[in-house]
Formats: sequence, structure tokens, C-alpha cells
Amino acid sequence: MIAVDRDPSPGKKVQLMATCLCDSFFDDVAVATVEVLEYLKCEVTFPEEQTCCGQPAFNAGDWKSSRKVVRHCVKTFAGDEPVVVPSGSCAAMVFHGALLEFEEESDLPEVRQLAGRTWEIADFIVNGLRVAEWPGKFPAKAAFHRSCHTRETNSGAATRTLLESIDGLELVPFGEGEQCCGFGGTFSVTFPNISAAMGKLKLGNALKENPEYLVSGDMGCLLHLGGIATREGKTIKTRHVVQILRDSLRNGGLIP
Amino acid sequence: MKSQPIDTYASELAEDVRRAVADGSASGYDRRAASLFSDFEDPDFLRRTAGDVKQHTLENLDTYLAQTEDRLKENGVEVHWAGDAEAACRAVLKIMRDNGATKVVKSKSMATEEIHLNDFLEREGIESLETDLGEFIVQIDHDHPSHIVKPIIHKNRQGIARSYEREGLGAYDDRPEVITARARKFLRKKYLEASVGLTGANFIVAESGRLVLVTNEGNSRFCLAGTDIHIAVVGIEKVIPRDRDLSLFLSLLGRSATGQQLTVYTEFISGPRAEGQPDGPRQMHVILLDNRRTEVLASNCRDILRCIRCGACLNVCPIYRQASGHAYRSVYPGPVGAVLSPLLAGEKFSELADLPKASSLCGACKEVCPVNIPIPDLLLRLRDKAKHEGIKSPGTPPMGGWAYLASQPTVWRASLSAGRLMNLMPLNLIPVPALRAWTKSRQLPEWRGGAFRKWMKTRKIGGKDS
Ligand code: SF4
Repeated sequence: MIAVDRDPSPGKKVQLMATCLCDSFFDDVAVATVEVLEYLKCEVTFPEEQTCCGQPAFNAGDWKSSRKVVRHCVKTFAGDEPVVVPSGSCAAMVFHGALLEFEEESDLPEVRQLAGRTWEIADFIVNGLRVAEWPGKFPAKAAFHRSCHTRETNSGAATRTLLESIDGLELVPFGEGEQCCGFGGTFSVTFPNISAAMGKLKLGNALKENPEYLVSGDMGCLLHLGGIATREGKTIKTRHVVQILRDSLRNGGLIP
Repeated sequence: MKSQPIDTYASELAEDVRRAVADGSASGYDRRAASLFSDFEDPDFLRRTAGDVKQHTLENLDTYLAQTEDRLKENGVEVHWAGDAEAACRAVLKIMRDNGATKVVKSKSMATEEIHLNDFLEREGIESLETDLGEFIVQIDHDHPSHIVKPIIHKNRQGIARSYEREGLGAYDDRPEVITARARKFLRKKYLEASVGLTGANFIVAESGRLVLVTNEGNSRFCLAGTDIHIAVVGIEKVIPRDRDLSLFLSLLGRSATGQQLTVYTEFISGPRAEGQPDGPRQMHVILLDNRRTEVLASNCRDILRCIRCGACLNVCPIYRQASGHAYRSVYPGPVGAVLSPLLAGEKFSELADLPKASSLCGACKEVCPVNIPIPDLLLRLRDKAKHEGIKSPGTPPMGGWAYLASQPTVWRASLSAGRLMNLMPLNLIPVPALRAWTKSRQLPEWRGGAFRKWMKTRKIGGKDS
């Protein structure tokens, strides 16, 4: 387990970290995050100064550049409220990656302070707000790809708990479910062949079960997998977990 | 557009080899999971404990090594310290020359692979024969192992049968039992001809000076049954504190490596033939190998020295499965190798600095590692090290411009809605050729920069304007 010391009852005033992917491609995921949190009676603020969590440079090994962005992030999300992120990957960057690259920096305590109140959305709902059953309905068959950055965190189990409780939603298991989809950010650029081969493998395994939706907690994975599917002419709808949660509420008439 | 060497290697790999490696690793992974989870309530607890024991040992290695040396000597073992590969090879040679020995039979050992002992001995006119079936086949093919537990994971039996035919071991016959029987027959007389048996060690216990060897073929026993001299080449990180720690490590090693509760043979060797013992080598030498391990110990990647060479991280690694072990151009492939090999390369670090990049950082390796090594963290530290040392890496976009933008919110916002950020996004700063390569196999979604921010500003909350 990745050990994160977090306040077990984080409260309902939250800051949203939308992630740069949602900021530029997947606005509906950020919208759904807000709608879901507000349905749960959270008061959501969106710090306008936010940019990115710093992960691209961190993974590329340019820690100096990454620290610059992390420092900006720490400043932007100042305060004591929980920071909620619709991405296992960006959340893990804040509560694990950043700590690694600040090991020898004097402002490590500030970075750690942010790490200690940053939550991936499903983890926040289940383990922060203690909601284990999701209302509404979503009659469909879906394959859930647990994104890799949620390994050793509570997010994978939390997501399953929520999805499995939705009325009508059938989660189909598929082959080699624990394997990475091959995105890995810059990895998909510098290792184009291996990355695409991994993606095709994942997609093939999932499609064998004929799901209508491919669901994940990370838009990075879905950008990659959805992109391959489109190129190969395969039909599968990609959705972020939080979009499913929101649509379930809508289908049940619980939100407009 | 140049991609990384391992990616290029993978794209050129013959399909049957890729299949063999992928299937072999996947089955190893499945067996591991089955044996660990059926036998233990909380295997993760065991992994963490084993990791802690090893880490403790490493952090007190000076004490434990001294203790090991004392015990070995008390047991009648001659101890040699080898600073590097050359010194270790020379130590082996000297023992042989001193005793007029010309032939050695070897059981599988990664440490002797690491120091390229066979090549060295061959140059010195000494016959050094591998007796582990896989290693034997590697040797007759003048090939290299591609997996640390299954050295010939990349081969199929048809190829092996052809090699046998070529080497005069019998007419083409690719039945596994025939392949095994022929090697067995050939090796039997070699065991009798040799006067030196060479092994590595899986563990060496500080409190007792006991050497532990685990194998599945029993060949290491043969190596030591008919020979007069036993030489063990052992990395200094193989030390564990107490005999009773073996219960933990042996339980994890067999299961993690091959899904066995225990390997077929587990040998505990406490010294040379004692008075009254009917057989066994009369001399026993342990060569304790550093070969930059102390440098690794001094680095921020010292956790990698916990490794017990089970191969589980290779089996689970999606990159290893696509690329095979040879893509890593070093003795230790896969995730463990991507950390260890560049570190052991010393001043040649830059030649292997691409290895730590060969990971999507999915963390599967850490999840299975029986000593809980945080491999992804170590890969990242090595990427940082490479950057610090100014080592260029093909295809990796420069991050400076992006970092500037991502710490200037006003410019960031403006670029978002203008779509200019497009070129700077997480597939970030992708040079055009790379983006073209990326979109060859994947379609990019529509650019919607700033749309969410606009929604957030203009939406109505509960019927009220926000
Ligand atoms: S790093 Fe861990 S999983 Fe990999 S070979 Fe070593 S002990 Fe096994």
C-alpha cells in the first residue's frame, strides 16, 4: 500500500483539481465530477490558477521542471480543504510522486501537506464521505479498467464498490485485467510500438466480452484506448467512472 | 524520429519469440498468484516483512558481512573478497591453478553470468560447463540467458533439437523428455571428469555461515558430489541474518519464481567434507563479490539490493513480455534489470540509461516483488540521474517550456482557449513527427480547451446563477 496519512473525515468543502487532460479534452468529466460532488452535498471550488500536477516532467526524469510545476500546484491549492481529483494518476502524483522528488527540498513539508489531503474521486466518495452504494440506474454492460496508478491505493476497490452497486450495471471481467494499457504518458511517445501493442492487447481482451462501455478512472488510459479503438474501427464507448456515476443519477431522476 | 532502443528491438522481434516470451511469463505469473494466495492469508504482509528484513540487513551489511566471514572460516571455508568481476574471475582461476584443476562443472548462477566467468575461463584454457538444462542449451548455442529464472524462455523445442543435432548430441528429436535425457547422459560423465564444482548461492546466513542453494534439477548436487573443490561466487547482498529467516525467504522465493511451495532441491551447505563424511568436496571457497554493489548501497537506489532474483517482476512486466530479455542488453533484464544493470555499469551508466525509461510505470513489478522493492520509484530516480548527467534520450520531449507555462496560470489559460496549449499537453511538447507516430495508431479526441472553465463560470447552481 502507498501510505498516505489522511484526515478520515475530510469534510464537504472541497477543491477540485480538474487535471490538464480534462481542461483541454474532456471537459464533461470535470463537469460530472462537480455534479456528483454537489449531489453529495459538497461545496466545490475550482481554483482558477490551476494548471497541471507536474507529472509529465516527473515521469520524463526532468524533476527540476516538475518541481517548478508542483510548487505552483501547492500554491494554487493552499488551505485545509480536501483536494479531489478525477484521476488516479494525477492524485498519485500529488500524494506519492511529488514527495519523491521533494525528498531533499526544504519545502517538502508544504508538499506533504497537500499530499495529505488529496484524494482520487472514487476513494473520496467511498472512504472520505463513506458512501458505499450508488443510487440511480445505469442499465448496461461495462468493462472496468483499473488504471495502474491506483495500484496499492484504495481507489480500485472503491471504484468497484460504487460501480457494482449501481442498479442495472453489469461489470464484465476480462482477460489479463491487471495488465497496463500501455499509455504511460510520454511512454506512449517514446515507446510507440510497445505502447500500441499493449493497448491493442488490453482492448482485445476487453472487447471479447462485448461490453458497451469501457470505464476507467483515468482519462489518460481512455485517451489511448479510445484512440486505438477509433483507429481500428472498433465500437466501444469510453467513459470515466464519474460520468457513469453522474449518468446513473440522471437516469434515476436524482439530478437534472 | 528515433524511438527508444528497447522499443525498436521489440518491433523487430520475431513473432514466435515474442509469443514464447509472453506466454512463458504469463504462465509464470498465474502460477505465482495461485500458490501465494492459496497458501497465505495475507501474502502482502509476508512481502513487506521480507523486504524489511532484507533492508535491515543491507543497512547493517558491514556487521553482517564480518559475521558471515567469521562463521564461514569457523566452518572451514576459505573466504575471498572480490572487488570487481576481474578479481572474482582471477580468484576462481587461482584456486584452480593452485590445485592443478582444468575442468569445472557449474550450476546456474547469476553472479557468474554477471562477471562473465565462462568466457574468462575459456580464454584461460579451462573447460567450464553449465549443467542447468537451460543454461546448458544457452552455452551450446553461444547465446545469452533472457530471463533470470528461465534462461531459455525465448527458445522453442524445435530450435533446441536442431542445436542438439548440430552439436552431435543425437539426431533431430524435439520431444522434451528426449532433450532432457540427452543432456543428462552427456553431463553425467562430465560431472565425473571435473574436479571443481562451481555454484552461486541464493542465501548465505550470517549467524551460521550456511550457504543455501535452491534448484529444480538437482544438478548442483551432482556438481558437488563428484568434485573435490567447491567454489561459490556470491554477491555480498545475499546475506540474511538468521537461519530462521529462511522460512520466510524460501516460502516466498519458490512461489514467486515458479509457483512452487518449495523448489525440488534445497541444499544447505555448512562447509567442506567433514571428518567421517563419505563424500563431498574437500575444499570449499566462497568468493564474496562486490562489483559495484557498495556503490549501489551508497546510492538512493539501494533498495534494489534486496532482490532475491525470483523473476516475478519479469513475468508480470508488459514491456518485458513484448520485448524479451535480450532487448535489455545486459545480464539482468526486465524491471529489476532496468534498475540494477545501469547501476552496475558504473562509468558506462550512460550506455544503459535508456533502460529505466522502458516502463509505463504501471507498478505491476512492485506489486509482485517478494521483497517489496519500489521498482517504479527507483526507475524514476534513475531517470532523474540521467537527466542530471546530461544524457540525451531519444524521443523524450524537453520539459522546460511546458514547466514555464504550467507555472504561469495566465498564459496557461490564454493558451487553453486559443488551442495553443495543444502542442504542450501531456502528450506534451510532442515534436510533430512523434505526434504523427502517436496518431498513427490512435486518434486524438477533439480539442476542448477551456470549455470546462467556461461551464464552471456560467452554470446555474440549483437554479441560481453562480
Ligand atoms: S526485483 Fe523483486 S520481483 Fe524482481 S527478481 Fe528481484 S525479488 Fe523478484
